[in-house]
Parts: sequence; C-alpha cells; structure tokens
Amino acid sequence: MKRLVVIPAALFFVLVLILALVDLAPPAFDLRPLVAENLASSGVAHPVTAVLLNYRAYDTLLEIGVLLLALMAILAVSGSPRTTSNTSLSASDPLLAMLGRIAAPVMVVVAVYLLWAGTSRPGGAFQAGAVLAALAVLLHLTGLLAGWQQPGVRLRWGLAGGFLLFLSVGALLLLVEGELLRYPPAHAGVLILLIESGLTLSLGLILAGLFLFLSHDQGGPR
Amino acid sequence: MTSGLLFACVGAGLFVMGGSGVLLLKHLLRRILAFNLMGSGAFLVLVGMAQRHGIADPVTQAMVLTGIVVAVAATALALALVRHLYRLSGKLELPEAADDD
Repeated sequence: MKRLVVIPAALFFVLVLILALVDLAPPAFDLRPLVAENLASSGVAHPVTAVLLNYRAYDTLLEIGVLLLALMAILAVSGSPRTTSNTSLSASDPLLAMLGRIAAPVMVVVAVYLLWAGTSRPGGAFQAGAVLAALAVLLHLTGLLAGWQQPGVRLRWGLAGGFLLFLSVGALLLLVEGELLRYPPAHAGVLILLIESGLTLSLGLILAGLFLFLSHDQGGPR
Repeated sequence: MTSGLLFACVGAGLFVMGGSGVLLLKHLLRRILAFNLMGSGAFLVLVGMAQRHGIADPVTQAMVLTGIVVAVAATALALALVRHLYRLSGKLELPEAADDD
C-alpha cells in the first residue's frame, strides 16, 4: 500500500533532481583560486589539508567534538556493566592470529605515513586515524584484542586528547593572535602537524571505540 | 555529460533509493543502511557537482571528508540505540503508532 505511493514519488523525485543537477548554473563564487592563492601561507602544500586544518579548522574542531560526543552517547546507552563473563578472548584460528600479528606493525607504519603525507598529497589525520581504528577492529576480530569495557583514565585521556590539544592550540592562538585558530604563517606547518598527530591518535581510538565498546556489550534481551 | 555530472546523477539516484528505503523498510538495521545510502548519495552529489567542469574543488572535498566521519559516528550511535531498544523490547522494529493519536 505504502509502496504504491512511495515508489512513483521516488521515481518522479529522482527525475526532477537529475534535471535540476544537469541544468544547474556554475557557482557564482569560485573558491578554488582563493585556496590556491593562500596555499603558500597555509603551512601545508595540499589544498584539502589546508582547507581542513587552516581555512576551515573550526569545522574540524567541531567535528572531532561531535565524534567524542557520539562516543559518550554510546557509552551512556550501552553502559550496563554486565561484566560477569569478562569477555574472554575467543580462541581464534592460528592462521588468522598470525596474519593479524603481521598486519599490525605494517598498518601502524601506513598510518604514520598517511599522517605525514597529508601535508603534501592526499592523506592526513582522518585517513591515518581510520587505519588505526581498522587495525584495532582487525585485532579484535582475530581474537588478539578484547572488546573494551568502561574506559579507564588513560583511555579517556587518549579519546579526548586530540580535541583538547586542538582546543588548547586554538585558545592559545586566540590569546596570541587575537583570533581563534589563526595560525601565524611562520609556525602554521608545525602547529598543523601537532594538531594532526593528536587528531590521528584520538580519531583512531574513538573510531575503534565505536566498534569495541559496542562489541564488548553483548546485547540480547534481558 | 562530464564524469562529475554523472557522479552527481548517480548520487541523486542513491539518495532517493535510500530515502524510499527509510520510508518503506521496517527492520531498523535496514533502515540505518538505507539512511547511510542517502548520506553517500548526498556526498556523491556534492563532490560530483563541484568537479563537473573538470577541476576538483578542495573546499567541497574537505567538507565531504568531514561529513563522512560524522556519518560514521552517527551510524555507530544509531546502532547503539537499536541494540538498546532490542535489549529493552526484544524487537528490531519501531512500535507502530497508535491509531488514536
């Protein structure tokens, strides 16, 4: 019944949408020349990284805040401490465990490379953090890393560290430069790399936490 | 039709497919998947439209990168909520709205 309404409406909508996209005039204001002109003073050589961590660093600051908030919400929702079984590591396939052990150091190196590459070519904190998170998930699935219970003090600092570092650099710049996250061009490169390193670690932990906290909490009706 | 525009049109298709999925599907996991499909469609439209004349726009790419990460977090939160619902009610569907309201 509902199908009869929704599917024709969807087909009509997609037709209108595609016609609109094909017809759309070019944007009245092109940001690309602005990005290219100011790249020299942004501290990095890759335009996407420059946008993410210099021109629109505010967005990135809020983004890591949103991630942290989502993780806290997950911890609040799944926070029933039913840790009687202590989630023992499942006895895993020896082949899987060995491959996991081989992949782990390689993935750490890849993450560090991606972080470093972000200054001059595609890469950066988010990609590096995603690789770190994937590493944690991989180790968990091969049975080498237990799901996380409530975060301890060190893990909490790790989860919030990237955001706090970003925020404190921003606050420092507010005091020194008079504006939130306006880097002095001479030190922009170092500051961005510092922020990115913190972001990588925290993002890796947060994204891994999204999986590992949920995985620890075994669900099921009570 | 440039490849950017083609991406944008495919994105529009994905968005609408995801949207109808959200409306039609009952199972909450499928609904979350459909919602993610909507998001991916929107990202594809953004990136595709920004480079329909051949040159990529770093501002849009950075925006979409931000959007993808937030979408991952939102999906994880939605999954946690679904699990909580399942733990409380034993169902993976939202309760039907009562007729009298």
